[in-house]
Amino acid sequence: MVAENAEILVRFEEVQKSYDGEVLVVKNLNLDIAKGEFLTMLGPSGSGKTTCLMMLAGFETATHGKIILDGESINNVPPHKRDIGMVFQNYALFPHMTVAENLAYPLVVRKMSKADIETRVERALDMVQLGGFAGRRPAQLSGGQAQRVAVARALVFEPKLVLMDEPLGALDKQLREQMQYEIKHIHDNLGVTVVYVTHDQSEALTMSDRVAVFNDGVIQQLAPPDQLYELPENSFVAQFIGENNKLSGKVTGVNGATCTVEVDGSGEVKAVPVNIDGIGSRSSLSLRPERVMVNPSDGVCPNVFDARVEELIYLGDHMRTRVSVCGHDDFIVKVPNSAGHVHLRPGETVKVGWQAEDCRALDA
Amino acid sequence: MAQVDTSGPMLDAAGVPLKLSLARAERRNRMRALALVLPLLAFILITFVYPIALMVFRGVDNPTVSEILPETAEMLRAWDGEGLPGDEIYDSMAREFAAAAKERSLGKVATRLNYELAGSRSLITKAGRNLRRLKTEPTKADLVALDKRWSEPETWSVMKRLAEPYTLSYYLAAIDKTYSVEGAIVDQPESRQIYVPLFLRTLWVSLLITALCVLLAYPIAYLMAILPTKTSNLLMILVLLPFWTSLLVRTSSWIVLLQTEGVLNDILVWTGIIGEDGRIQMIYNMTGTVVAMVHILLPFMVLPLFSVMKTISPSYMRAAKSLGATPARAFWTVYFPQTVPGIGAGSILVFILAIGYYITPALVGGRTGQLISNFIAYHMQQSLNWGLAAALGGILLAGVLALYWLYNRLVGIDNMKLG
Repeated sequence: MVAENAEILVRFEEVQKSYDGEVLVVKNLNLDIAKGEFLTMLGPSGSGKTTCLMMLAGFETATHGKIILDGESINNVPPHKRDIGMVFQNYALFPHMTVAENLAYPLVVRKMSKADIETRVERALDMVQLGGFAGRRPAQLSGGQAQRVAVARALVFEPKLVLMDEPLGALDKQLREQMQYEIKHIHDNLGVTVVYVTHDQSEALTMSDRVAVFNDGVIQQLAPPDQLYELPENSFVAQFIGENNKLSGKVTGVNGATCTVEVDGSGEVKAVPVNIDGIGSRSSLSLRPERVMVNPSDGVCPNVFDARVEELIYLGDHMRTRVSVCGHDDFIVKVPNSAGHVHLRPGETVKVGWQAEDCRALDA
Repeated sequence: MAQVDTSGPMLDAAGVPLKLSLARAERRNRMRALALVLPLLAFILITFVYPIALMVFRGVDNPTVSEILPETAEMLRAWDGEGLPGDEIYDSMAREFAAAAKERSLGKVATRLNYELAGSRSLITKAGRNLRRLKTEPTKADLVALDKRWSEPETWSVMKRLAEPYTLSYYLAAIDKTYSVEGAIVDQPESRQIYVPLFLRTLWVSLLITALCVLLAYPIAYLMAILPTKTSNLLMILVLLPFWTSLLVRTSSWIVLLQTEGVLNDILVWTGIIGEDGRIQMIYNMTGTVVAMVHILLPFMVLPLFSVMKTISPSYMRAAKSLGATPARAFWTVYFPQTVPGIGAGSILVFILAIGYYITPALVGGRTGQLISNFIAYHMQQSLNWGLAAALGGILLAGVLALYWLYNRLVGIDNMKLG
């Protein structure tokens, strides 16, 4: 999955973690992270993503398996010797030190010369556009500024690897988006390897080279953002990433690159077989709302069904339309607010259709 | 819609000026708040502020002579104090001595003079006894005939000082100084200097107890802050149980443990670490005072420390470690500085409690483990020299306030967290 010629920086080998000896929080994790990569661990809370990060940082020990950093096993290396920068959820800026002292901390610990420290701190502050804030205390910073200082502190000692544990969780939406781009730019400019943990899928899609979707202690899918959205491999990923229409049914036929699924209630749907057990097994069909056409021309779509319009929500650029199709009344269609788009009214019946390749037959 | 008149003062909906109706609305809240604190305020004024003020005043108050010998006192105040006073002062004093002796109030004057001039009680009582019996009005000749000390300038310079309505002599006595015959302030004789060493000892012992409390409380508080709630609650109960136990019970149990025939000495003898004749004196001296007081004051250090440590997120230590600091360094540079407000709060609490502590030193201090408060109590209850007790207490109070002020300057009282 990592490009062939890329140098591997971090490798998880059959890593398992249990806190109580009864339940595995992380089950048999195998993951390679390339040098310079921005990898995001995405998943709902309790999915094991933060545990993985903490094991990598050295604050939790793996119950089984090996974690390899730069070719060497770090299972028995204490956190302060791992040379990994970390940005914490609540920033963890030392409240009794100024911004400059916070940034100098890792350098002082490494016994650098005073002049060296000064130039590096200054450079780090400039990098996050906080040139004039050296003398301030963390309590005098806004959330976004504190966030930037935390990022600068994790980078100032030029670690091999930077870990970020939901660093934008405490910021408001607008600032969060701005910070996403800033962190992305810093990553691009410095070429540092970043492992980022979040439960916010839009954050993951915006920033990452690759995203590892966690659920129940297992990586469900590891892929670049576009593949994750367009080619989900199982129904969890399809549901978790973006908006998804789910139709459940039974596989009735497989024919090479297409299969047919008998949807509970009514109708047969042609779809791409991705993750099914063969004829007769249960399957969930995944279909993105924007791939559904309203009143398609004859012959364009192999899948055409009658739909009753239940609800319309005006969202500016598109109309989010909830329709009832094949016995599923939570089917969403995005009708773009473009010139000459169809005007729908609640209660009327229309035809909706989609291509077979947009509809993926996944596990039930 | 109501018209808003912007030219004049703002009016509310009923046309009353807004400021007035605001004040009216707020007044009820203020009155209610005042009513709620009034009982406590009155209680504190009556039982705390007033007695302290009265006591501090007693340290300089000198009413005895001017009340019992009013005329003589006035003449003494007018006298220049050189050599011996004039005949009219002698006459007046003899007359008032006789009168006071008849009313049985001369004893107070005798006691008062005795504080200043040891052994002079008899001088006054003898004069009163003899002058009272005279048929005629007593004069200078009668007084001088009774004792040759009435012809010595020293007696009279002391009498002149006693005639003043206010005196510094209690405060001087409290810092081991006194007035010389000439009225200059001089040191007490070496053998009678007890209070300054006692103040210094009290200060030193309080600092020692505070330091020991910090050393003992810090690990406990740290453990309580990092352990899971269930375990830390158990520890908290272990800290609080002695806190809730009677002071006397705790102090007495230290006597049981530490006395020469006590548990600890028995164990040491039994294990052969010390011989039967080498039993260690661990109580009825300074050791006993320090041990028992550290035990009693420890919760006052643990609780503020714990409440501060509880608020320090574990991610600070993690951050420091991830930045390359060894665990010890992370602790000293990141964790410890954040606990300083707790150390300050606990220290000031323990120190102020220790410096005025009475019961424990009285019970287990023996002769060498006594602190200043024991002497204040002695002068209040045994020697009845309330003036000296007030002066000692006043100095103690001033010392505590000064330290509090210093602490506020150095650490800032706003940084103090008590819970």
